[in-house]
Amino acid sequence: MPRREDIKTIMLIGSGPIVIGQGCEFDYSGTQACKALREEGYRIVLVNSNPATIMTDPEFADRTYIEPITPEAVEKIIAIERPDALLPTLGGQTGLNVAVEVYDRGILDKYGVEMIGADRDVIHRAEDRTEFKNICIECGLDVPKSGVAHTMEESREILKDVKLPCCIRPAYTLGGTGGGFVFNMEEFEEICQRGLDYSPISEILIEESVLGWKEYELEVMRDRKDNVVIVCSIENFDAMGVHTGDSITVAPSQTLSDKEYQIMRDASLAIIRKVGVETGGSNIQFAVNPKNGKMIVVEMNPRVSRSSALASKATGFPIAKIATKLACGYTLDELPNDITRETPACFEPTIDYCVTKIPRWTFEKFPEADETLGTQMKSVGEAMSIGRTFKESLQKGIRSMEVKRYGLGLDGADKWLSAKRGETTGSGEPIDYPIEESKLNRKLSVPSQGRMYYIRYALKMGMSVEEVCEKTMIDPWFIVHLKELVDFEDVLEATSLEAVDEATLREAKELGYSDIQLSTIWQACPDAVRAKRKALGIEPVYKLVDTCSAEFEAATPYYYSTYETPLKTVDPATGEVTEFVDDEVRVTDKKKIVILGGGPNRIGQGIEFDYCCVHAAFAAQELGYEAVMVNSNPETVSTDYDTSDLLFFEPLTLEDVLNICERLNGAPLGEEGLLHGVIVHLGGQTPLNLARGLEAHGVPIIGTSPESIDLAEDRERFGVMIDELKLQCPPGSTAYSVEDARKVAAGIGYPVLVRPSYVLGGRAMEIVSDEQQLDIYMTKAVDASTVGRDHPILVDKFLDNATEVDVDCLSDYGLLPDGSKPTNPMAIVCGVLEHIEEAGIHSGDSACAIPPYSLTPEIIAEIKRQAYALAERLMVRGLMNIQFAVKDGEVYIIEVNPRASRTVPFVSKATAQPWAKLAAKVMAGCALEDLGAAEVADPPYTSVKESVFPFTKFPGVDVVLGPEMRSTGEVMGIDTNFGLAFGKGQMAASTKLPTSGTIFLSVFNLDQPIAAKLATQLVEMGFEIVATEGTARALTEANVPVRVLPKISEGRPNILDLIKNGEVDLILNTPTKRGPQTDEGKIRAMATLHQIPLITTITGAEATVKAIAAFREGGPNPDDNWTVRPLQDYYANA
Amino acid sequence: MTQRNVCKLALADGLVLTGESFGATGTSEGEVVFNTGLMGYQEVLTDPSYTGQIVTMTYPLIGNYGVNTEDIEARNGKVQVRAFVIKELSPVVSSFRANSSLHDYLAAEGVIGICNVDTRALTKRLRTAGAMSGIISTEILDDVELVKRAAAIESMAGSDFVKDVRPEAGYDWAEGYNSEFAQAHRAHGEKTYKVVAIDCGAKVNILRNLVECGCDLQVVPATATAEEILAMEPDGVFVSNGPGDPSAVEYTVETLKGLIGKVPMFGICLGHQMLSLALGAKTYKLKFGHRGCNHPVRNEATGKVEITSQNHGFAVDRESIEAVGGVISHINLNDQTVSGFTHPEKCLFSVQYHPEASPGPHDATYLFDCFRTMMETGNAPTPEDMATAQDKLAKAGHI
Repeated sequence: MPRREDIKTIMLIGSGPIVIGQGCEFDYSGTQACKALREEGYRIVLVNSNPATIMTDPEFADRTYIEPITPEAVEKIIAIERPDALLPTLGGQTGLNVAVEVYDRGILDKYGVEMIGADRDVIHRAEDRTEFKNICIECGLDVPKSGVAHTMEESREILKDVKLPCCIRPAYTLGGTGGGFVFNMEEFEEICQRGLDYSPISEILIEESVLGWKEYELEVMRDRKDNVVIVCSIENFDAMGVHTGDSITVAPSQTLSDKEYQIMRDASLAIIRKVGVETGGSNIQFAVNPKNGKMIVVEMNPRVSRSSALASKATGFPIAKIATKLACGYTLDELPNDITRETPACFEPTIDYCVTKIPRWTFEKFPEADETLGTQMKSVGEAMSIGRTFKESLQKGIRSMEVKRYGLGLDGADKWLSAKRGETTGSGEPIDYPIEESKLNRKLSVPSQGRMYYIRYALKMGMSVEEVCEKTMIDPWFIVHLKELVDFEDVLEATSLEAVDEATLREAKELGYSDIQLSTIWQACPDAVRAKRKALGIEPVYKLVDTCSAEFEAATPYYYSTYETPLKTVDPATGEVTEFVDDEVRVTDKKKIVILGGGPNRIGQGIEFDYCCVHAAFAAQELGYEAVMVNSNPETVSTDYDTSDLLFFEPLTLEDVLNICERLNGAPLGEEGLLHGVIVHLGGQTPLNLARGLEAHGVPIIGTSPESIDLAEDRERFGVMIDELKLQCPPGSTAYSVEDARKVAAGIGYPVLVRPSYVLGGRAMEIVSDEQQLDIYMTKAVDASTVGRDHPILVDKFLDNATEVDVDCLSDYGLLPDGSKPTNPMAIVCGVLEHIEEAGIHSGDSACAIPPYSLTPEIIAEIKRQAYALAERLMVRGLMNIQFAVKDGEVYIIEVNPRASRTVPFVSKATAQPWAKLAAKVMAGCALEDLGAAEVADPPYTSVKESVFPFTKFPGVDVVLGPEMRSTGEVMGIDTNFGLAFGKGQMAASTKLPTSGTIFLSVFNLDQPIAAKLATQLVEMGFEIVATEGTARALTEANVPVRVLPKISEGRPNILDLIKNGEVDLILNTPTKRGPQTDEGKIRAMATLHQIPLITTITGAEATVKAIAAFREGGPNPDDNWTVRPLQDYYANA
Repeated sequence: MTQRNVCKLALADGLVLTGESFGATGTSEGEVVFNTGLMGYQEVLTDPSYTGQIVTMTYPLIGNYGVNTEDIEARNGKVQVRAFVIKELSPVVSSFRANSSLHDYLAAEGVIGICNVDTRALTKRLRTAGAMSGIISTEILDDVELVKRAAAIESMAGSDFVKDVRPEAGYDWAEGYNSEFAQAHRAHGEKTYKVVAIDCGAKVNILRNLVECGCDLQVVPATATAEEILAMEPDGVFVSNGPGDPSAVEYTVETLKGLIGKVPMFGICLGHQMLSLALGAKTYKLKFGHRGCNHPVRNEATGKVEITSQNHGFAVDRESIEAVGGVISHINLNDQTVSGFTHPEKCLFSVQYHPEASPGPHDATYLFDCFRTMMETGNAPTPEDMATAQDKLAKAGHI
């Protein structure tokens, strides 16, 4: 059945901001969907609030709405665009939930919009726990004993049958939010209550525990002719009990015999048919009892999911693209397999390598959070690695994480090795090895990040494989592979760099050991290991990801590296024997630009950088170069095989990147070859950290030189430069020791801002107000051992109550790739972003606006002047981000980063310019002048970026903002005035600002005057103000009517009761005290739990009041007082 | 890591792979072919259709779940391949079903295994140069000598390999699915049909499927004559899979000529090829064959695609089978080769692939129901029959 002709316009819903459980994989799927619909000639209407996505670039859809993903916004868009169909299955759970809501509200019927891919009934059958369970039972499949509860009474009743331990799963929540395993009645009561609170329909499933069973996932696709294929099977390293998003997983499944696998396949087919997913992809999870093979169905997602992205990257099968085409009417046998081109998409990929996915957590950002991994997902990103064996792929995966681990042990963080060498920790403590027994048992039995390293320690300490399996509940197949690596360490230890023979070194590389690990165990430098390896002819080969295990020739150049055994060819005539390794990279004569991606998403480095890398690939292609992408993040658009000309799915370490550059240059590095250059500036700090090493090995870095990067990042040199330019920074200095830090702080005066050099996302950054706090910081927050020449600490004067401003600029002052000077260089300010929150809140966590809403033209002109001067002096070729603080009319430079920043996509969307693409062209050697790039006038609309936080995933964490970045994603609100734009940003970030009701105020002393002013406005709008004593007194003095509440410890009903009862609609709390144990901390945590809008800065409060006022202007219904408009219209009118 | 003996594999065209030995030691020769299944190595090893062949698995990690007593396709329980080529032998057996490791199994069966070789490079060579002869040895380690010997091995084309695997005498078979991990039993009418199966090296899961769909089964060797079979008064005749070139099995083709038109017939794989030859059509050798569990086949009658298990090096020529009244019922979507045909006038149908799966998906088990229906109606399966059988399978929850 070919393309449906009865549909002309299709609406696509994105997934909104990046949050835990819903990452940039939905940009990947949405972008594929847009491309697929475009290919078919449909008119595309897109809604997504996330500006950092490729899909929201205006050329990917006909009508691009960067609007909140809410039923109200979607209805307004439908009313304008009148789409024929709505495709809800590519925007994650958010897209699906909103689609369901607009359906249930009758909006789709009203406008005659058809849901394609999955309709309302299908979604209900798959997502409703009871329905789904019944379907499984009808299919003759086993499900865990369970019951659905809507109240605590029902919960207790169900428990009588299910029994402890059991698992609580709230209905319709992301990443299992609010659920968990419970082992006793106390936990049962707590988690059931939490689950009921979190579930939008107050429904939880109480389920028999299958803790310790093997966990599997199958990616299933079905078309309207009922053809069904399994794209990929995935087996979890961690047993049932750990959310699959937090599990290390491998593809394909490893420990199922064909008989067992086929039963699982049959079950998947039966389920997808019974649920009725008419077209598209679904993912179905199973648990298998390792003792007897008993299989139960865990759950199903009737949509493209995080696992679909992984399965797509793992096999080469473009699930999102195919799902989209199936939704448009095609059947699987009508669509070609893109990779082979000759064979159809209607087949089951077979792979000849092993894929490992490892999650990336950021618990260091949430020190109070519980690190235990359970049914609620906590990771913020993931890396995927490909190897010919599990051991190789696992070690590649570990070094892809970018957590200073270069494989399973034998690196700087290896306790066994440090202890053996008699080293101590930085503070002089003995190394914690051998691990104390009770700690080891806990580390093995309680899943948390880093468990793998403790498995290694346990094996090294002589624990048997059986015992490790028993404690971890991990399948012996995995543990024995780890044991093989542990055993091989003895071989490595027994030799040295000088003595090692070719066979051993080759075996080490085949097992996935990195040069860094080998250099660590042999106490040599990594370059020496590299040199020895090359001298022995041990080099990686690149193999293709081809969906078919080499059965057919692959057209797409999607590669991974491996170390393979050499082969020989014997000429039968002459008897001549030639040895060779089988490498599949097709190197053309075209000049190449290599773009280094950002690796796994983490807080501070996410989708924004992938956005820039994707644009660089497009730019390279537009200029006639071959675009080569290197990345290890399966969730991204950059790792889609059709984004670049060559894709290398590889860890972003010096060794791995050098190998690729060498292979592609076609000549020794340093000599003129096929590499035009490598771009390190667009993937965040990860590739930037490689710049020096790459340059030292002769890799041509294009764009701003590593020398300039160093000048910007080295505080002393930077300070000298600032003085030369007669600019100013907040006074401060670099400390190389704890003592140093105290001196610097005393000299400039407290409060000071302290942070390690060379970090991203404000990692370990803190504002300290006295020496005692400084000492605590130096010993705790920073492992003092790392403070020294290589890792200094920066100590700066903290400017309180300053306005922070982010500036992105683009310049071509730097040398051209051939080393010559540019003729008519210049710098352009792409955007001046005024932060809503004051300086001191990490820029990644602040909301900000384009154009600035309070800065004077003179200040803006001064900021621009300084930006130009810095670009010229730093010889920037490409993008640069500068953070300024403005205080009392003075402009201070806080930080300069001569690379793309996370604001680039937002600035691009706000100003209608493809800045990242222009930057890549400039790096490649184009002149800004020739590109016609120019500064743009302030647009006649305001764009506000708002950050989105993962606090609901980390109960007990104080939600106050600070210098350490903790947001996972961002949204954009765009409208004609600031109030509406800010309000839409809040809406998009799931903060429902009230337009009437009760507001709780509790502010820091110094904020009281402004608070009183805001309260007056709110009272005029009809709000009731409640406050505790201190704030209430200030308000009363300012003649604001206020209801006084007792402090939490002093009486009831207090604010906590109001929150629980839903009697307060907004909380404005600027912190006096921080920490989860304080009264304020409790209020903030309770507000977060009950999803009451919470504003924690006074500047944020001011913006909020503006937004509330804007939503009240017009008719009585606030939802009538705002409109939606596509980017295309904003741009046309600008 | 255990230190293993050196083992080498040489192809007739001069490619030499050096790896380590597992299983038995010695020297073995055969046609080198690759199988792309991710799982199911034990079924592959024991499938009599692989007789005379050295098999490499494209999936690199083999032996993970060991071997067990159930997943055996040869009636005599023996490993059928000449040698087994893999990338990495699992250091551990992880399955409650296993009773042995792959290494111990092959050692006990006297079959040579080679591991730690670049199986992808080997596969690519077979894809581009075509399936070819090879030699594997732990004794002869001289590259030039090995290649010479490999080049001297006769091609499989034209040789009768069925004689090595067919039973000496007939036997009764009454066993259905043997494992709780086999697909679920399917409901069928109470009536049983008397079926004679011609065993050319039959996979036992075919016999089990025939029993499961209500066949009262008697098995005869590939050497049985048409008269002998007709004397048994069967309701239908089944022709099994088997190894090698169908045109070399002249005696069975003769038998089939004597049966066609007289009794409903169903053939699988070699049986399909021999039925074609008996009808007067031609077969030819494919460049590197189809071996794996992911081959898409479209049922031309219903338009639906089934993912199939395949293992064949020869194929039926499309024009020639259509010229003798065959109606193409199934097409391999990867290369458009004939995957099945019906012959409405002669009341027979056959498929090139393996509806009994084992290893592989169960998508095509409806064909056994079609066979039953054919015996009921006396007509080759019509599009409606196929659709009904497919639908029944899907509705039955497929399990």
